[in-house]
Amino acid sequence: MTVALAFEDLSVRYGAVTAVDSVTADIPLGAMTAIVGPNGAGKSTLLKAALGVVSKAGGEALFFGTSLDAARAKVAYMPQRASVDWDFPIRVIDVVLMGMQRDLGLLRPVRAADRSFAMECLARVELTDFAKRQIGALSGGQQQRVFLARALAQRAQLYLLDEPFAGVDAKTEAAIVKVLQSLRDEGAAVVAVHHDLASVPVWFDRVLLLNRRLIAVGPVGEVFTPERLRETYGGALPAMQIA
Amino acid sequence: MIQSFLLQSGYNATLVTLGAMALGLATGAVGAFLFLRKRSLVPDAMAHATLPGVGLAFLIMVAFGGEGRFLPGLLLGAGVSSLLGLWVLQGLVRGTRLPEDAAIGIVLSTFYGAGIVLLTFIQGLGAGRQAGLEGFLLGSTAGMLREDVYLIAGGGVLVLVALFVLRRVLIMVAFDPSYATVMGVRPAWVDAALMALVLAVVLLGIRVVGAILVVALLITPAVAARMWTDRVGVMVLIAAGIGGAAGYGGAALSAAVSGLPTGAVIVALVFLAFAISAVIAPKRGLIGRLRRAA
Amino acid sequence: MGADFVVLSLVPILIGVLAAVSCALPGNFLLLRRQAMMGDMMAHSVLPGLIMGFLLTGQVSGWVMFAGAGVAALISALMVEAVVRLARVDPGAAMGMTFTTMFASGVLLLELTGASGVHLDVEHALYGNLESLIWLDAQGWSSLIDPVALAGLPPELAQLGVVLAVLSVLMWVFWRPLVMASFDAGHAAVLGLPVGGISLGVVAATAMASVAAFTAVGSILTIAMLICPPATARLLTNRLGVQVFLSIGVAVLSAVIGYVMAGFGPEWLGLSGAVSAAGMIAVTSGILLALAAVFGPHRKAG
Repeated sequence: MTVALAFEDLSVRYGAVTAVDSVTADIPLGAMTAIVGPNGAGKSTLLKAALGVVSKAGGEALFFGTSLDAARAKVAYMPQRASVDWDFPIRVIDVVLMGMQRDLGLLRPVRAADRSFAMECLARVELTDFAKRQIGALSGGQQQRVFLARALAQRAQLYLLDEPFAGVDAKTEAAIVKVLQSLRDEGAAVVAVHHDLASVPVWFDRVLLLNRRLIAVGPVGEVFTPERLRETYGGALPAMQIA
Repeated sequence: MIQSFLLQSGYNATLVTLGAMALGLATGAVGAFLFLRKRSLVPDAMAHATLPGVGLAFLIMVAFGGEGRFLPGLLLGAGVSSLLGLWVLQGLVRGTRLPEDAAIGIVLSTFYGAGIVLLTFIQGLGAGRQAGLEGFLLGSTAGMLREDVYLIAGGGVLVLVALFVLRRVLIMVAFDPSYATVMGVRPAWVDAALMALVLAVVLLGIRVVGAILVVALLITPAVAARMWTDRVGVMVLIAAGIGGAAGYGGAALSAAVSGLPTGAVIVALVFLAFAISAVIAPKRGLIGRLRRAA
Repeated sequence: MGADFVVLSLVPILIGVLAAVSCALPGNFLLLRRQAMMGDMMAHSVLPGLIMGFLLTGQVSGWVMFAGAGVAALISALMVEAVVRLARVDPGAAMGMTFTTMFASGVLLLELTGASGVHLDVEHALYGNLESLIWLDAQGWSSLIDPVALAGLPPELAQLGVVLAVLSVLMWVFWRPLVMASFDAGHAAVLGLPVGGISLGVVAATAMASVAAFTAVGSILTIAMLICPPATARLLTNRLGVQVFLSIGVAVLSAVIGYVMAGFGPEWLGLSGAVSAAGMIAVTSGILLALAAVFGPHRKAG
């Protein structure tokens, strides 16, 4: 298996609090990996630290065996939903075009080919008709899909998604899963911070259990066991969730 | 009055009017990006913080036997003290528990106070020579030299070129800074570039609009432009247009009516543009919203 | 200190102190409520009201001018609210738009009505005329008990005295609800406190202090005293009650040191003339704040 992302002894501290404690794990290409753990377990922080959005207290994250700067063209990211100003004067198509920033640079004008590629990305998330709407005029689930389309526009090989399914409607959930599975089938690595334990074995191939420190990482069949989950959630796990 | 609007009241007045228009274009455009980044009040502190620099530069130039009113020299002093103000502002925000709005108020009031101390000291040195320094408070196009106008107009054009080059990263950082980071765009650098452009338009603006009011030319056109469109690019163009028109109109009016301070007229005009926009803009304006509600 | 001091310096120092303390009191709550720019906004916005008051009475001071400034403060508060609602912008941008527009309309009013240059000019409004608020009727210290001489005191002294007294009493009476609503508006609302009314009260108190101070000492000093003394005090203590008393102390210190420095500073440096007292008081408060920011025991959060 080819490693897309390797956390090596990665730690993050907020003041005196250790949010992520020496995590070492490999994320392979051609698989969908769920990052699972209780609230405050450092799931989002782990992704943000790897991507340099929050600073690391120790260790590193290697992308395709090299630094993020060298591998940036292969890495796409979809942040948590609540983090932008929805009243921002920008259209859906322009948000998707931001994913192509590395191709566009500072001065190259947006050509018809760029626009049609952005439209293809929107088509994959079933939002073709919304291209010219202002981003705030969409529903929460539709907004989430726009951000997925922006990640698609990066034409990456590693997709890091922070809670892609949080608070979305059923239609969006199905659309996102379909897109992520097709990315996996094309050979990309997909990593998602995920909350709903019941859907982990249905959608994902691999799971990374995290509660500040790494509990376990590996194929769902081996790692996603009641014992390991109890260890992750500190015994506070409702039985019905592991159905 | 019509003559000055048609640029027929003399070569110098025409030049000043066009210079004020270039300033308005650049300031409106920079203000639009600043508004999107939600830093609208920082330039208020930066503008007030120019005043001690203007006073000190004047004193230094006079001490060396020079002409105290040499605009590039005064602007150099203004720039240095404005950067000092920005540095203090960031020091207060990062180094203490005080929130940013308090830090803005602190820098604004104490630098403003220091500026007034220096200006009153200069006035006490003997009347006549300091004439023109008051123009930095409220803005005045009276007594501007041709070279001053070239400086302001040329600076405005440079700012517009820089904005054109940086437009994509500016929008990206304003919309979603953590995504920009992942894309390899450093928000800290982009913000520094934006602040450099803000400083540039503040410096170009204090002679024409004045340190107290120049912030209006950064905020108001942007807010007015936002009423009309949901697209960043269009918003920047409209903001620049409003700023340019207000600069033009303000300079022309104050050339026609003697004693009318240019800065105050320009500020009144940009607010007029906002008031009209807030009522008649089709989607976000008052009439449109009432109609949809009905 | 003799008769000269009573005639020339006593009243300006007193007015400076009263203005500083009147502003510092509501400033504590502006700081707590993250509304520090409200001071900047009010202090600039009252200008057109002052000028209207002047145009009506022809006097550079007095209660009509005071009332005019109050009306302008009220209009500016309404304008901020209207801009926030209409344009859906954050209050900071709305305040920036409001105060520049109000201030510019004041300047235009001044120039267009020809009031400028007669008794009032923009500079006067900006940096006040603290130095000129002298007590001409005073003969010496004995004048302090002479009713005739006392009647000749500048009216700003009485205005500021009344404002300070009203603000102090209000703050003392409403202390608890003020603190609760400012600390956690949601919790206060659940307890049945009129959170909106309290918020309005803070704005009204700020307006009152700004109007009184602006009339007497100009905009610079008003802005500086609304923000700097409370911010300095905040860096010295973690207790709100202590902070308020410390801010009063810092305000008094700034006013006295600043006034003295303005009058004698240039002389001590071997230069001639005097500089703006209002400006110097603002600078002094900034220096005190800088000291607190570097050495204050509670300068950092946590």
